[in-house]
Amino acid sequence: MDDYASSDSEYTSYWRDWFISSRGNEYFCEIDEDYLTDRFNLTGLNTEVQYYQYALDLVTDVFDMEVDDDMREQIEKAARHLYGLVHARYIVTTRGLAKMMEKYKQGVFGKCPRVICEAQHLLPMGQHDVPNVSHVKLYCPKCEDIYNPKSSRHNSIDGAYFGTSFHNILFQVYGTLMPQKTQRRYEPRIYGFRVHASAALMRWQEERREELKDRLRQRGIETGFEEEDDGDEDLESEDDEVDDDQEGIDDMFEGQMQAV
Amino acid sequence: MSSSSQTPESWISAFCSLVGHEYFAEVSEDFVEDDFNLTGLQSQVPMYKEALEMILDVEPEDGTEDEEEEEEEEEEDDDDMQQDGDRSYRRADAAERRHLRMASDLSVIESSAEMLYGLIHQRFITSRQGIQQMAEKYELGHFGHCPRVYCHGAKVLPVGCSDIPGQETVKLFCPSCLDVYTPPNSRFQTVDGAFFGTTFGCLFFMTFPELEVGGQKPSSSAQTTDPLVSGQSPQPESINGIAPKNLAPGLGQGNIYEPRIYGFRVSEFAKTGPRMKWLRGRPTDVTELDECKVWTQSQALHAAAEGLAPPDAADLADSEMADDNVEADEGEEEEEDMDVNDGEGAPSGTAQNAMFASLPQQDVTARRKPSRRRGHDVALTNGEGGGTALSVGGAG
Repeated sequence: MDDYASSDSEYTSYWRDWFISSRGNEYFCEIDEDYLTDRFNLTGLNTEVQYYQYALDLVTDVFDMEVDDDMREQIEKAARHLYGLVHARYIVTTRGLAKMMEKYKQGVFGKCPRVICEAQHLLPMGQHDVPNVSHVKLYCPKCEDIYNPKSSRHNSIDGAYFGTSFHNILFQVYGTLMPQKTQRRYEPRIYGFRVHASAALMRWQEERREELKDRLRQRGIETGFEEEDDGDEDLESEDDEVDDDQEGIDDMFEGQMQAV
Repeated sequence: MSSSSQTPESWISAFCSLVGHEYFAEVSEDFVEDDFNLTGLQSQVPMYKEALEMILDVEPEDGTEDEEEEEEEEEEDDDDMQQDGDRSYRRADAAERRHLRMASDLSVIESSAEMLYGLIHQRFITSRQGIQQMAEKYELGHFGHCPRVYCHGAKVLPVGCSDIPGQETVKLFCPSCLDVYTPPNSRFQTVDGAFFGTTFGCLFFMTFPELEVGGQKPSSSAQTTDPLVSGQSPQPESINGIAPKNLAPGLGQGNIYEPRIYGFRVSEFAKTGPRMKWLRGRPTDVTELDECKVWTQSQALHAAAEGLAPPDAADLADSEMADDNVEADEGEEEEEDMDVNDGEGAPSGTAQNAMFASLPQQDVTARRKPSRRRGHDVALTNGEGGGTALSVGGAG
């Protein structure tokens, strides 16, 4: 953000290049010039963004008015806001999706903090489509939960710049990217014994899961869970007698699956 | 704590103040000096004696060292042959050894000391004194907060996923969603999870059951005025040994992410639709988790519905019931009417299992709902009939 003040003179560099490469804006992808200049894509944004015309000029690198620093700062802020709002629309287009998909594959958005998800790559998302309500969150397609970004510089980005639909649309379009779900999970234990309260809850949850699987099977839909025998390197089997212990766990799971 | 504070620059406090060691509690020297607490560690840690001396800041002078060694070894040499050989070697040229140690072994000893400290730490934090210290650190938020959005910043605890050193790094256990997370800062990725152990996380919350484990909800009224909770059925004081409000408060209705596209929910029948809601599920009515009660009630319902026909359905798997019988004596309250169950005579485990397996799935689930509803009524009229959990299994 400090950059622009010192570089007033060099507006030859593309604003969007600068914006997406500046620290904290790693989650954004570059919006095509074509997309930005098509007024249809900007419908309604003029009421959302202050100094709309100036901001748009700045984003498209045609802003060449001499204004004082205060004004410039405000326009700059408006431009960032405008860019974010257009970004939310752009990333659900074919080209935007492809760009974000690349970033997702590279792990630009970080990795799932949940241990069992094994560093599954995340996607940015918002809980609201209206700006200034919530900050950006990260969606893990493996556990289907949302997490706060680790870094505070990402924690201050508006969630509306990514929107509530983008990550779901991405997996609708690129269905093969959807990772396999895992049934493995952390089991709280004390000296190797499961704790009743949490174990009972987990059995209840697993009942729900089996119900879901049955519903899916009835309709002939893939459950999307990884094979049972993939769960061999269980996190929860951490005891000295790994083999015995694992056997016990497997037995228990199998028993449940048949009976529930 | 008290004894280690007499020397401000003790190895222990220096170790705990290192970057990345913020999660560690300061093990008191009393704890380290008690041999009982170190049982079995000698075989796990190389250069055990030297490491122990380093931790306790014992001056490695020849005189004191030998003296101590002798003391120690008299206690230990029963079974440790290798140690014997070691001892003679040490006695022969202690001076040379010391010299060697000065030169090259110091880093080895240092890493041994760290390992030893970690393993002692694993035991210490499950002791009364240690868990208290960790509670202070927890209250101060030294361990950070759950990254999950719906946990609303619940405080987490460092845990290991293994009790054996060298397998996993330290993880963070969130009591609000009962899951484990990788610490956000990479500096903790050098800390061994075994130094905290698998037991600590759960033991901590059972030791301090009064702690509010949930994070700060944005609007606190959202949870408490839940119509199902406040209106339909009274929630018990405790479920399976813990207060319902502390049972995974970050899970359940309203705390599960619902994928939407342009405001429309994604169907679970979509190819990439939601599949993991179960993981964050929690019954709105926690009495559903009282497995013994649910089971006996479904039995009772059957007896009522089918006269004296053999009971052929229950919503719990047999293997689960076996678990229950073991777990039930944790002191949970059982509220069911045992007479009904006794009267019909619950069949033994294996026979039951066979019958369950032959039952179509839909029947079981269809019957479950009414039986649960009925269950609440029973609970209301009967009040508590404590400690019948074991006899549920005994009836079979």
